[in-house]
Amino acid sequence: MELLDKLNILADAAKYDAACTSSGLYRAGRQGAIGSTMMAGCCHSFSADGRCVTLLKVLQTNFCVYDCQYCVNRRSNDVPRAAFTPEELCELTIGFYRRNYIEGLFLSSAVIQSPDYTTELMIRTLGILREKYRFGGYIHAKAIPGADPLLTHRLGLLADRMSVNIELPSSPSLALLAPDKKKEAILTPMRQISEGITASKQELAVYRHAPRFAPAGQSTQMIVGATPESDRHILTLTQALYDRYQLKRVFYSAYMPVSSSPLLPVAEGFKPPLLREHRLYQADWLLRYYHFRAEEILDESQPDLDPRMDPKCCWALRHLEFFPVEVNRADYEALLRVPGLGVRSARRILRARRVGPLNFEGLKRLGVVLKRAQYFLTCSGRMMEGLHVSEDGLLRHLVSLEAPALAEPAPEQLSLFDSAV
Amino acid sequence: MSWTQISCQYDGTYPGFLSCVFDCYVNREEPVEFRTPEDMCCSLYPLRMVATDQAHATRVFRSFGKFGAEGQRLAVRTFLTCLPDKELWLWRFLRLAYEQGPKIGRNLTDPTVDKVRKAVWHLEHEAHMYKGFTRFSELEGTLVGEIEPKNRVLPLLRAHFSGRYPQENFILHDRTHSEVLFHQPGPRGCAILPVENFQAGPAGTEELQYRKLWRAFYDTIAIEGRYNPKCRMTNMPKRYWAMMTEFQEDYDTALPEIHTLPSGPK
Repeated sequence: MELLDKLNILADAAKYDAACTSSGLYRAGRQGAIGSTMMAGCCHSFSADGRCVTLLKVLQTNFCVYDCQYCVNRRSNDVPRAAFTPEELCELTIGFYRRNYIEGLFLSSAVIQSPDYTTELMIRTLGILREKYRFGGYIHAKAIPGADPLLTHRLGLLADRMSVNIELPSSPSLALLAPDKKKEAILTPMRQISEGITASKQELAVYRHAPRFAPAGQSTQMIVGATPESDRHILTLTQALYDRYQLKRVFYSAYMPVSSSPLLPVAEGFKPPLLREHRLYQADWLLRYYHFRAEEILDESQPDLDPRMDPKCCWALRHLEFFPVEVNRADYEALLRVPGLGVRSARRILRARRVGPLNFEGLKRLGVVLKRAQYFLTCSGRMMEGLHVSEDGLLRHLVSLEAPALAEPAPEQLSLFDSAV
Repeated sequence: MSWTQISCQYDGTYPGFLSCVFDCYVNREEPVEFRTPEDMCCSLYPLRMVATDQAHATRVFRSFGKFGAEGQRLAVRTFLTCLPDKELWLWRFLRLAYEQGPKIGRNLTDPTVDKVRKAVWHLEHEAHMYKGFTRFSELEGTLVGEIEPKNRVLPLLRAHFSGRYPQENFILHDRTHSEVLFHQPGPRGCAILPVENFQAGPAGTEELQYRKLWRAFYDTIAIEGRYNPKCRMTNMPKRYWAMMTEFQEDYDTALPEIHTLPSGPK
């Protein structure tokens, strides 16, 4: 089989993995080697679906012994199968990297023969890349649940970021759709990686040249919309993962119908819940950067995120007693709670108000977007001039701000001749 | 503060501009416009010709240390931006910075600081985009790439690419400003030089094969069910596309042909 065909098959099989980041690690280039990484990561392209392409995202192989219902590579699915040899995958990676097509390699794999065998294959690939080619670019490796802990450890020493996909947000769903995977089998490597990272950090503090285990941290992914979990359940789980396993990121992937299993939503007419995914990411950001807790964003009375508005706006409307926030006095935490103010704007406000009091004109100059924030801010005790909004008017205003972006595709004209179903 | 208003003529280089700053402070003159010898139009203000003086330039450059890290960055980088009348804005910024010292880095609501800061942000943002969107082709062992930036990003890309490919010979051509970044292995193997009539040789079969592989990967990786061209364009504006392998079709030319964009700053 030609390399081009293999690439087509194995990139196609890997594309449903949402994680594509190259961030979290700065490593300068070294003489005699090739490659460096950037703290913020670097996008090398954007695909037609608007997602960033930063790593060469491929599977080592798509031969699989498992039969997970939601997965495109399941044993019972009739698709062309292929496998990269470690050597050709390395050559391809370096060829792409030299031309600045990519930031590094994202190596995942279906389970061929056994988890141990698969992991060994991946270790061979990464070993050649790091040792023979002296590759210093970014490597993201998927840990294979069920593999020997020693093998997972060796994989982590070669990779920059590790991830284990949690796939479905609850164990009943997992039992239903992925009968070969157990919740424990997923959480065990996750715990191992998290402990490995902590241990490696401590060793590095003592010995500068101690081997680095997954220095860019750990991430995971779950599928949204294939099973009936509520947003509240998902966010609480996410928060627990951040707290317990110190994950860097949790990715959500709107379910794409790739299977006709009777256990999954019907493929025809199914629209992937992209808006829901978007709202979940917004809530996820609130957890990671805005000091929110999952309980604050959603409670029992409200198990799902409001599709009309971002979660921060929703929180603000439920806590109007917290507002208005005074720009010239409020602390960083309070500024972060204002809808429309982000981490950058809040930091800039802190910096700029040391020079003199800020007014709305000044805020605009700082780059603060007042579209939403104006309803929740005062400058030296005054609201924005000419702004009169009642409490229930506020909801309508905020909803209308997002309405154009959420607009449905142009409505179809009614037809006289199509028979109604 | 009634300094004589003049029109300043210099050679268009950064040391030249710094010499202007030096001379203006010495002579107590306030430039209201900066000109290079190529500018045809005459001016109503008295013309002051400033000869570039390396020693003066160095002194002025060192004095930027007084502005704090943020202020210094702005003072150095503004000259690389495509801001119209960048010299004038930079001059105003420097006047203010000498007055305020490190406070200038926090004075974000001042109109001059704001203007300069946004221009520098544009420059740095563009440089960051090109770190990802630059594409190299291997032509007889040398990596050759072309970009068409609005700002002069090569000085910002230099450290990045020479750190990333320390063992490679590579050339990066800036079409807008007719400059080239050269790199060869070894210490001091890096330089930015002006160049005219840049042309690359033909591509070999291996290079063509890699382009084909990359296009195949790029086309495969998109999920049809999530097709979202607007999102792609927001993240990767179309002006970058012309120079990116994944959007080019001509398989057998050296560096793919580029549809020229409207030149000059926007």
